[in-house]
Amino acid sequence: MRESQIMKIHYVTGIAALIVVAVHIMMRLIMPYNMSLEYENVVANYHNVPYVLLLESILILIAIHGFNGLRVILLEMRQGRNWEGSITVLTIAAMIAIIGYGTRTILVANGLEMGQ
Amino acid sequence: MSETIEKLERLDKKRKEHEKKEIERSSIYLKIFRANRATGEQAHYDTVEVPVQRSTTVLDALLYAKGYKDHSIGIRYSCRMASCGSCGMKINGIPRLACYTKVSELYGDTITCEPLSNFPHIRDLATDFTQFFEHHKDMQPYIQNENADIKDPSKLSEFVQSPEDVDKFLQFSYCIKCGCCYSACPTVAMDTKFPGPQALAQAYRYFADSRDAATEERLELVDDRHGIFRCHFAGSCSTVCPKGVDPALGIQLLKGHMLGYSSNEKKIADLKERLMRK
Ligand code: SF4
Ligand code: SF4
Ligand code: FES
Repeated sequence: MRESQIMKIHYVTGIAALIVVAVHIMMRLIMPYNMSLEYENVVANYHNVPYVLLLESILILIAIHGFNGLRVILLEMRQGRNWEGSITVLTIAAMIAIIGYGTRTILVANGLEMGQ
Repeated sequence: MSETIEKLERLDKKRKEHEKKEIERSSIYLKIFRANRATGEQAHYDTVEVPVQRSTTVLDALLYAKGYKDHSIGIRYSCRMASCGSCGMKINGIPRLACYTKVSELYGDTITCEPLSNFPHIRDLATDFTQFFEHHKDMQPYIQNENADIKDPSKLSEFVQSPEDVDKFLQFSYCIKCGCCYSACPTVAMDTKFPGPQALAQAYRYFADSRDAATEERLELVDDRHGIFRCHFAGSCSTVCPKGVDPALGIQLLKGHMLGYSSNEKKIADLKERLMRK
């Protein structure tokens, strides 16, 4: 993949993340903040499909944007064929792992409510 | 009318304040970085007192020091008129041309002269430009156009460009390759493969030139891991350029083309002969 294509994705995910996080914060502020963290409310959120999709999109966008940012920082820190190859593989692997783990959490929480 | 007079008075006051900023002194101290990598001479500073006048440049002062105080001071210079780009050095911590910086512009009695950062050091104030010039060469800094056959003199002709076409790249062609921008760039300091502001601004200079037909190839040259996207747009390069070039602008314009939010609608210039034939 060309660097310009990667950076296009980087900028688009950054801007999109800003928007979805803003929606997420606004939704948190609908009710008093401490109430929104109560167990029932949190589980109810995970059962709300549009909200679950919002959380999943935040997870994906921030993971892509964040890990590419980390790759860029590490690329600038040191140069060398092995180093550059390793950090590319490692950041992609970490990105997939975080998205996988986060998605699993969302699915488990979603199933928790449904199973009750 | 009275408003205009007030405006003129204000401008006059400003001008006088500006003139006062030129500091008049009869002598200054030059604090010169000294080291010789080849002989293993340890880095240290030598301080020499030099007589100065209002028009004395830092290069004049250094040459006085070299001529009358210490012949061994290592400096690189040539034109003494901001044209050759040889005398770049850090003066009071900022990359500047020594021949283009007047002593009267600088505050304090001591002026510190050091070699440019981000360049391998050779001796005293001289640095190695090999890598810097390599980056410049990598950008293929010449017009590429099949119609311009430079091998056959009988076919030589001029390209026809409008003033607007020229304006698109003119400021970037004022670059004298002094290395001041390269020395000020924080990315160059970290990433040895980053071409640096000078080379990237030249990439834009040829990209925007309507005589050049290698538009796509030029984009590919800078589109890699250590290429144009490693520029953080801190703008230090443009701040220090002694020739008024704005490398950061060239870089952002080129990025715009690569990201697709601006398009290069240049029409490749025709040769004069062909136009006459039409
Ligand atoms: S862009 Fe300016 S500072 Fe950079 S090398 Fe050219 S003239 Fe020097
Ligand atoms: S704008 Fe880009 S090229 Fe210029 S100094 Fe900053 S990082 Fe370097
Ligand atoms: S001596 Fe030529 S630019 Fe200063």
